[in-house]
Amino acid sequence: MKITQISVFLENRKGRLHEVCSLLGDNGINIRALTVAETESFGVLRIVVDKSDEAVALLRENGFVANFTDVVAIEVGDRPGGLAAVLKIFATNDVNIEYMYAFVEKHSDKALLVFRFEDADFAQQVLARHSISVVTRKEIEGL
Amino acid sequence: MEVPFWNKEIETLDRSSLEKIQLERLREAIGWSLKTPFYSKKLAQAGIGSPDDIKGLEDLRRVPFTVKDDLRRSFPKGHLSVEMTDVVRVHSSSGTTGIPTVIYYSREDLERWTDLLARCIVATGAAPRDIFQNMMTYGLFTGGLGLHYGAERVGMTVIPISGGNTKRQIQVMKDFQTTVLHITPSYLLHIHSQLQADGIDRASLSLDRALIGAEPHSENTRRKIEELLQIQAFNSYGLSELNGPGVAFECVCRQDMHVWEDAYIVEIIDPETGENVEDGQEGEVVLTNLIRQAAPILRYRTRDLAFLHTEPCACGRTHRRLSRIRGRTDDMLIIGGVNVFPSQIEEKIMKIPEVATNYQIHVDKKGALDRLIIKVEIYPKLFLGEASKLDALRQHIKEEVRSSIVINPVVELHEPGSLPVFEGKAKRVVDTRPQE
Repeated sequence: MKITQISVFLENRKGRLHEVCSLLGDNGINIRALTVAETESFGVLRIVVDKSDEAVALLRENGFVANFTDVVAIEVGDRPGGLAAVLKIFATNDVNIEYMYAFVEKHSDKALLVFRFEDADFAQQVLARHSISVVTRKEIEGL
Repeated sequence: MEVPFWNKEIETLDRSSLEKIQLERLREAIGWSLKTPFYSKKLAQAGIGSPDDIKGLEDLRRVPFTVKDDLRRSFPKGHLSVEMTDVVRVHSSSGTTGIPTVIYYSREDLERWTDLLARCIVATGAAPRDIFQNMMTYGLFTGGLGLHYGAERVGMTVIPISGGNTKRQIQVMKDFQTTVLHITPSYLLHIHSQLQADGIDRASLSLDRALIGAEPHSENTRRKIEELLQIQAFNSYGLSELNGPGVAFECVCRQDMHVWEDAYIVEIIDPETGENVEDGQEGEVVLTNLIRQAAPILRYRTRDLAFLHTEPCACGRTHRRLSRIRGRTDDMLIIGGVNVFPSQIEEKIMKIPEVATNYQIHVDKKGALDRLIIKVEIYPKLFLGEASKLDALRQHIKEEVRSSIVINPVVELHEPGSLPVFEGKAKRVVDTRPQE
């Protein structure tokens, strides 16, 4: 199952990231995972939140350029080799990753891995074959 | 295609009859000019002391050019050829660069100018049934009042809203089901952004046409306007020294602007030598006003660069067409020793769909070197979250611009709405290099 990541265009301006985060915070939207892709002149903020439809509407209303991106999230044990074990499966099965980022969850022994795949459907077949369960949208909302 | 006319006889008059009218009116304009302190002196130096000294149209070339500084120097009344009691209106340039220039109109002058503007409006296919929202600034600037009276003359329903207050403009478009706009291209693009931001459905508006003018813009900007707003955009040309808007206007063919040659004599000169160039060659536009008595203007150097088409227009009008303004002799930037017109940059960036409606050109110095920075707003719908695609877009803009002007620019991508917005004439070039 794919979940929704929100991508936000950030122009190179002081405080812009803070503005996004405080807007979401003030409106009770919780960020589950976050990463920033940066280039020399702008950035793209990638976040997974509990209420993504609401978050995108809010961002657009406030003049941000924001859009949805499909990603796949997996939970792995928060221990040495946890990530490597998953990556090995992808490598041996020719699953290409465009980018990924990871978050350690509080009060649990799991780490959340967020993947953007070149071919998400194929990646999910591979995961299913190896009995690795992906995080559902419901689980993200309730995290 | 149906071709509407306001005055078909004059608009389709054969060239030799048209030139006969020009000669008659030129003599009259020389007579008016000789009554002004400025021209009586200038014409005497050229050996012209009476309208009879003008035997043919070629004699116009004996008349020295008039430049903007002449008008400033003769401010306020050096160009006045009638008594102030016969003047019924004054227009003036903004004067942001110092002393303003002033233009006077008698009642007959306004009558002739208004008739010309009615001709322009009808040429675009607009008609008495239309609702005309005039979004140009009213006041001393000629754009607002000029088209206002022209539109009334046609019999349209005129909404004299003037510029600014974008949300209200959109509300008025809805309330009155406006069909024709008169607006600067940059402001029209901003209107589009506002419609998007407010989530207003284009179908809730009744817009058919936009008459765009008062600032140079590229063909690609026009296309962008037409695509985004699903509207027909007509280019117009004019300047207050020559009455204001209505010197040249596009007809339904939208293939450059007919200069109303019964009212103006248009010449294209080499700006360096002052010599007339052949039709079809680019140069500086020089205009003589044949229809204004109170403040006559002969051979005015507009500093606008354009060319005259040699082919006749499909609409059947015999009045020659002026190309869109390719730049101004005084807006040319010299960047790292290379001559660059902002229009060349606009032409390139506006054809890229990911570029939204606003941009800015900055020039500064980094160390000893000139640096060109192009700031563009991105089009939100085309942002799908890929940083690499945005970087590729930046690269693409860079290469497009470099292919045209040889200079390698720095390209910055910005969020929509983050660059300064202009509700009148746009100021897109910011040059912060120290003056030498």
